[in-house]
Amino acid sequence: MADVATGAQSPRAALGTAVEGGPAPDPGDTAGTAGTAEPAGPAGTAEPAGPAGTAGPGDAPEPGDAAGGGLAAEGTGPTAGVPHRVLDQVVVRFAGDSGDGMQLTGDRFTTSSAMLGNDLSTLPDFPAEIRAPAGTLAGVSAFQVHISDHDILTPGDRPDVLVAMNPAALRANVGDLDPGATILVNTDAFEERNLAKAGYASNPLRDGTLDRFRVLEVAMTSMTMEAVKPSGTKPRDAERSKNFFALGLVSFMYTRPVEPTLAWIAGRFARTPMVAQANTLAFKAGWNFGETAELFDSVYEVRPAHLEPGTYTNISGNTAMAWGLVAAGQLARLPVFLGSYPITPASDILHELSKRKNFGVRTVQAEDEIAGIGAALGAAYGGALGVTTTSGPGIALKSETMGLAVSLELPLLILDIQRGGPSTGLPTKTEQADLLQAMFGRHGESPIPIVAPATPGDCFFVAIEAARIALKYRTPVLVLSDGYLANGAEPWRLPVVEDLPDISVPFASEPNHRRDDGSYDFWPYLRDPVTLARPWAVPGTSGLEHRIGGLEKADGSGDVSYSPANHETMVRLRAAKVAGIAADIAALEVDDPGGNGELLVLGWGSTYGAITAGARRARARGAKVATAHLRHLNPFPPNLAEVVRGYERVLVPEMNLGQLVRLVRAELLVDARALSKVSGQPFRAGEIEAAIMEMLEAPAARPVGSELTAGSLS
Amino acid sequence: MTDTVTPGLAAAGTAAAAATTPGAATPGAAPSGATAASARPVAVTTKKDWTSDQEVRWCPGCGDYSILTAVQMLMPELGVRREDTVFVSGIGCSSRFPYYMSTYGMHSIHGRAPAIATGLAVSRPELDIWVITGDGDALSIGGNHLLHALRRNVNLTILLFNNQIYGLTKGQYSPTSEPGKVTKSTPFGSLDHPYNPVSLALGAEATFVARTHDMDRKHMMETFRRAHAHRGASLVEIYQNCNVFNDGAFDAILTKDARPQMLIPLQDGEPIRFGPEGERGVVIEDGTARVVEVAEVGVDALAVHDEHREDPSLAFMLSRLAAGPYTPTPIGVFRDVERADYASLVNGQVEAAMVEKGPGDLASLLASGSTWTVD
Repeated sequence: MADVATGAQSPRAALGTAVEGGPAPDPGDTAGTAGTAEPAGPAGTAEPAGPAGTAGPGDAPEPGDAAGGGLAAEGTGPTAGVPHRVLDQVVVRFAGDSGDGMQLTGDRFTTSSAMLGNDLSTLPDFPAEIRAPAGTLAGVSAFQVHISDHDILTPGDRPDVLVAMNPAALRANVGDLDPGATILVNTDAFEERNLAKAGYASNPLRDGTLDRFRVLEVAMTSMTMEAVKPSGTKPRDAERSKNFFALGLVSFMYTRPVEPTLAWIAGRFARTPMVAQANTLAFKAGWNFGETAELFDSVYEVRPAHLEPGTYTNISGNTAMAWGLVAAGQLARLPVFLGSYPITPASDILHELSKRKNFGVRTVQAEDEIAGIGAALGAAYGGALGVTTTSGPGIALKSETMGLAVSLELPLLILDIQRGGPSTGLPTKTEQADLLQAMFGRHGESPIPIVAPATPGDCFFVAIEAARIALKYRTPVLVLSDGYLANGAEPWRLPVVEDLPDISVPFASEPNHRRDDGSYDFWPYLRDPVTLARPWAVPGTSGLEHRIGGLEKADGSGDVSYSPANHETMVRLRAAKVAGIAADIAALEVDDPGGNGELLVLGWGSTYGAITAGARRARARGAKVATAHLRHLNPFPPNLAEVVRGYERVLVPEMNLGQLVRLVRAELLVDARALSKVSGQPFRAGEIEAAIMEMLEAPAARPVGSELTAGSLS
Repeated sequence: MTDTVTPGLAAAGTAAAAATTPGAATPGAAPSGATAASARPVAVTTKKDWTSDQEVRWCPGCGDYSILTAVQMLMPELGVRREDTVFVSGIGCSSRFPYYMSTYGMHSIHGRAPAIATGLAVSRPELDIWVITGDGDALSIGGNHLLHALRRNVNLTILLFNNQIYGLTKGQYSPTSEPGKVTKSTPFGSLDHPYNPVSLALGAEATFVARTHDMDRKHMMETFRRAHAHRGASLVEIYQNCNVFNDGAFDAILTKDARPQMLIPLQDGEPIRFGPEGERGVVIEDGTARVVEVAEVGVDALAVHDEHREDPSLAFMLSRLAAGPYTPTPIGVFRDVERADYASLVNGQVEAAMVEKGPGDLASLLASGSTWTVD
């Protein structure tokens, strides 16, 4: 077993972006190499902590040596005796079988990096099957994390380090690596059967196919099994701790603190002490192996990022969304009611909210998607903050009830955590192709406001904003998140609760309509003259008894009306009410550092990180490019037309075949161009950068309305 | 467009002026109004107080009228308040019912009333919620929601108007139509096997299941009263005549002359017998209910009705006595058992969490994961 340091690339390029600068490939967003971007941290000033050793291959000990050499780590911290090198960022991808625990491994690496103070962004990428056949390409589950000492926006375009637990994991991911990247393989899994399952005719570790990379061969399974023997774990179970061995090894490579992981293992497996002990032993064995095996000429350090002062936590989009809903209930002084049917990738919001009963949150796991929104609407009618969560297929089922909510003019939140479609599509992959469904996917003229978060942490604020609009205007509101935001994570500065807005609204309490004889009665559709919202009169309020329904209602009285003129009035009133929200939302902000942008990149939703990073890179290459990101998609911010018309060229990147661009072109008569990607994967910053350069270099060559695709540019 | 309110010209501020803030309402508590209302004495009311100002638009002679009258006459006797009463319906002739009650009401969408009512019942457990539905609404398009409302035991009084036909869409067969039914959509006769709503409800382990019919106001009122008194999901099937598209569907059992021979009144704790002189009865043999002549088997051989029996099997056997409304058919309460209602369970968990953990604190929640501080 040898460390096969074969690549021609320098190890610093292989393991991340070293701060000394130099011509290393830029695996992450931007800052380390380009020199013109503005990392928040002192990327250019940090000194390597130790001498940069030469990249000498070292001989690895036999399996068992490390485990037998004592569990030296013991939380004593990094890496006595091994030189330190400081990187400004690194992208690591853990890949293995669905059952190998790669999501958990990635999540632990992320958390310990977060605790260290790095900025980070993650991309979990797993199959829809819970356990696809072991060892096959279909079963590969991966988790990519980008950690840095400065402000980053994406999980990174290409990994610097790939941890491949088996041949399928290698094969499924090696195509994403740049030459010189490091591959850490579990050699025990590279036997004939697994190679065949992955479709390898010969062993890639031996046949030269990996010559462009730095390959570190480690017998993870056998060393894990040896290491966990003291725990008394059966061999079959012992093997399952190998992800912790990998985590220990990578934690050593990147000098991650060990305490958070050891404490987490102790807590998580408190009820199964044998498992806790096995995982602890495996983790330490991985760490110790790194230290004693001399696989590495040096270890690497990514220092804390210079984030804004405050208290931070590492948060995923779905958790942020759930917390935002809890917050919205508090800020509205209303109980939250969630009616939901489990669906990937939205279910975690249901899971999280169902834990929050002491906030007065009530959750009902309904019999189907329709009942989920039905129950939420029923609760809203009763005066609760009604919420339903789903993904695209569920939205299709809920549309009739959304129409009823439009007609009843009751507040309601509908959260669509988008995934690849149509039909079951790609349940665990991301897409933004529900925008037009959200805009128009109902019968009749049925306008619904739409809000979309830009980052995982932004989901919290978008939930509150959606609730504010719903309550103030008595309207259903759609929130368009997606799988990338839902499962991705980032450090999130905790908001100051006292600074969050009061979004409470009054219930109607008295009759509001004066009859000819001077007495009063209650008219459920007598509107507020400014917001056009109708009164929200909840059952239990004496004197306001009234009937509402899906039949067209007479303007004002709310009685059933089939009058042609009344229907025209009501359709226009409902449209005017939603359109009027434009006056009550933030103007679109433009990021145009030079003030001389020749191209506007207009995005929405989860593409924020890739667009912003891609634009930074393009600017570093001299491009005059501005960016703007839409949070409100219906209605648009009032200044959108002015912003868009201020640029000669407009590029709209979306993870669909051009939905926002269609709205922009239709509503603003602007020749905006689409940049499309529908692979189930988020944009890479490099893809945005390439599209920007192409738009700026050869604008005239493209026919009107033509579309760029990410694939053709990267 | 001569409507009273147009944007910008609305009677200024009426809506706004009429409103109050929820003020001290605590998140998690039921919205204000409800608790305050229950402290007040219930005013004495008459049928008129429960009748809305809307013109009733069912066809002349429709069975729905007598059901509406029975409900409007019953409400003053129940000791409940109009403002705490909500009628939720789906789509169909019967589902226009809420417009005619001067209570809170929602005419929703086809089949979904039980789902909507479930959300309302969970968030406002103190309300009296009635679901008005029909055989198409409850058993066809909304079959799923009905089953789940029953098994969850949501505190709803569900009145299922069964006329064995689709009326509002002008006469197609329904899931309760007899096989061979010739309608506009089945000119050669329907092929679908019908289901029996009482059997269905018992199969879902509904805690209260009854049957009544639109020709007997007293029986309807008594049955509705029992259904309303039951805490949990109550399903009442009402045989209802559609005189336009399915006239006389129940004549074989419901004409004045037929009733004594063909209706089997269920009385809790009593031997099950019927006929002008009580000369016929029901026995249970080999897991099946069967009609017998009392003179042949003796009174002691008759099955004794037990509404409160936990096991729904006996009630189910009774529901199978008649394959359709043309042989002797039981009416009255099939089953009435106690089981915690869904809203009580949901809200019980909420209250227990509040006691155990204290009312939620948002700042603590946000900081509940691993956190670190940047200076």
